Amino acid sequence: MSVTVYIPREATALSLGAEAVARALTEEAARRKESVHIVRTGSRGLFWLEPLVEVQTGDGRIAYGPVQAADIPSLFAAGFLSGGKHALNLGPVESIPYLKKQERLTCGRLGVIDPVSLDDYRAHGGYEGLKNALPMEPAAIVKAVTDSGLRGRGGAAFPTGIKWKTVHDAIGEQKYIVCNADEGDSGTFSDRLLMEGDPFCLIEGMTIAGLAVGATRGYIYLRCEYPHAHDTMTEAIAGAYAAGYLGVDVLGSGRAFDLQLRLGAGAYICGEETSMLESLEGRRGQIRFKPPLPALKGLFGCPTVVNNVISFASVPIILQRGAQFYRDYGMGRSRGSLPIQLAGNIARGGLVERAFGVSLRELLYDYGGGTRSGRPIRAVQVGGPLGAYWPESKFDTPLDYEAFAAGGGMLGHGGIVVFDDTVDMAAQARYAMEFCAIESCGKCTPCRIGSTRGVEVIDRLVTGDRAAMQQTLLRDLCDTMLNGSLCALGGLTPYPVLSALDYFPEDFSKPAALEAATR
Amino acid sequence: MSARKRVTIPIRVEPGADLPAAERAAVLDAVNQNRQLEGPLLPILHAIQDRLGWIPPRLLPLIAYELNLSRAEVHGVVSFYHYFRQHQPGQHVIYLCRAEACQAVGAVALEAHAKRALGVEFHGTSGDGRYTLEPVYCLGNCASGPSLMIDRELHGRMTPQRFDELISATSAATTSAAGTSAASSGT
Repeated sequence: MSVTVYIPREATALSLGAEAVARALTEEAARRKESVHIVRTGSRGLFWLEPLVEVQTGDGRIAYGPVQAADIPSLFAAGFLSGGKHALNLGPVESIPYLKKQERLTCGRLGVIDPVSLDDYRAHGGYEGLKNALPMEPAAIVKAVTDSGLRGRGGAAFPTGIKWKTVHDAIGEQKYIVCNADEGDSGTFSDRLLMEGDPFCLIEGMTIAGLAVGATRGYIYLRCEYPHAHDTMTEAIAGAYAAGYLGVDVLGSGRAFDLQLRLGAGAYICGEETSMLESLEGRRGQIRFKPPLPALKGLFGCPTVVNNVISFASVPIILQRGAQFYRDYGMGRSRGSLPIQLAGNIARGGLVERAFGVSLRELLYDYGGGTRSGRPIRAVQVGGPLGAYWPESKFDTPLDYEAFAAGGGMLGHGGIVVFDDTVDMAAQARYAMEFCAIESCGKCTPCRIGSTRGVEVIDRLVTGDRAAMQQTLLRDLCDTMLNGSLCALGGLTPYPVLSALDYFPEDFSKPAALEAATR
Repeated sequence: MSARKRVTIPIRVEPGADLPAAERAAVLDAVNQNRQLEGPLLPILHAIQDRLGWIPPRLLPLIAYELNLSRAEVHGVVSFYHYFRQHQPGQHVIYLCRAEACQAVGAVALEAHAKRALGVEFHGTSGDGRYTLEPVYCLGNCASGPSLMIDRELHGRMTPQRFDELISATSAATTSAAGTSAASSGT
């Protein structure tokens, strides 16, 4: 009998050698005349264990990892096809504590199913949400999403239901659903994991959104840095069309929903929704003034729902299990779960989906296991390149949109980048300004010019050239950017800069320290 | 500008007649395959770059003509996006991640090493024409950095040593003569 072996086809696993593992496994199986059926999956997001190979046994799926191609002969010798003992044997995959202690509402199928198999998707609850939504009144779908408490997972945390209601109520012959898959924030990869591991979930969520607001066309704006996600999404969209889940007559309901995948071209600013719309229309990705809101005048001037990948992917389970089910997770005004991404200098990096309310400390130490380098954690940056740098004194903050905002930070897309004690925070502050200068769309002056001046001021500050004056100047500049920029790029770049300056001032006066040391 | 002179502007019904055949075909195929899309410019530019490796500036008049846009509009778009290249790249393009998560695990040192090993700065092509080095702001491999992508292939947990191995493996695969550019800048 053929044994089923699961090997990820996901980008991180591939970057660590999954393709060579799959090849070696096929060859070794042929040599030993063993019948092996390899299924290529997404990743469960336990990246320190990738490439993670799972074997289907009578006792469930047994995990081995991290596996390199060179380990394959010894795995066969150890009888891994029947779950045999081996140094890399991790036991049943579901009982790995990192995974067991999660609440995977949105990401439950990641690494479990073949991402491009509709049968697999349906066997794991896929398209149940759409089936429930099809007979519902559009307003009832919007109400379910509103009642679930779902807020935009892309960073701004705007209530999804309210956005959908605005588009639902808007008058327009053509309406659009646009998925923002321009996941440009460093330290975030949940969108990518979902698109590579469960693309039908995103398609289903967007289709439900189309039904809810009366939109018949959808676009996924995917960044070109994600070629693997592009391949998986392309295959899945074709599969959904072939099976009648997309097209002029969704599942025989008489309602149309067309979906196209579009590629960005390496512009961070196109993660800002109005820039993204400009880019989709074929123009430079320069931001638009708001109002009008994209919900009223969005893509090609039509009412448009713009949501992030994880927001759309959270919709199917809300329609499948009910708004109340989803709402019961979380704390305060942050309802449901958040796929959190542990990144940077972290021992056990990866995806942790938990209900809101888990503390940073628990994530960094219980899940993450401290730094990869083994040195103490000095700073974390939550929320991407525009998020504040926080010192250890803030690690007890719960993951909750309001709690983070109250602490002067931003939960954003849930990416956490960890730095050990070798980090130079003045260099990080300088980089934040430099990044803003590189990626500014150029439309508003505080962002376009302010970022370049910011790099210069920080350079002078760290050399100790009239330091007190430079610091005043830097704070003044940050104030201008914060209050005078048109969008979040210029408006939030001061966060990493000022937090570095406030919490790690010693890094900005190195010449003084050096002078003292040499005296 | 000096005083107005009478100049004759030759009327060219269709620009691009003097383009190399392969480039002209790349543009026309890209346009014809994507013309019916809403907002077709980015898909067209992607298709051209996929085929040619870059978007030679001499193609812009033809693209503009086909889409009924001005050359300025097309130039504006091509030059706005970091991914679209207006210079011919080397045989392989290396996208090296510069973002925070990779910085936290040694991306800055890796960047310095890569530049030294290839003898280039960012956006430059090594003397032997093999490698173009580009910065990239996040490849989404943030728990397994430092990361780089070479010809759509992603590599994680890069070290200077693994970088050298990767370069020699890639070089060996392209030609029999392995070895990277020795043009060390000395900085």
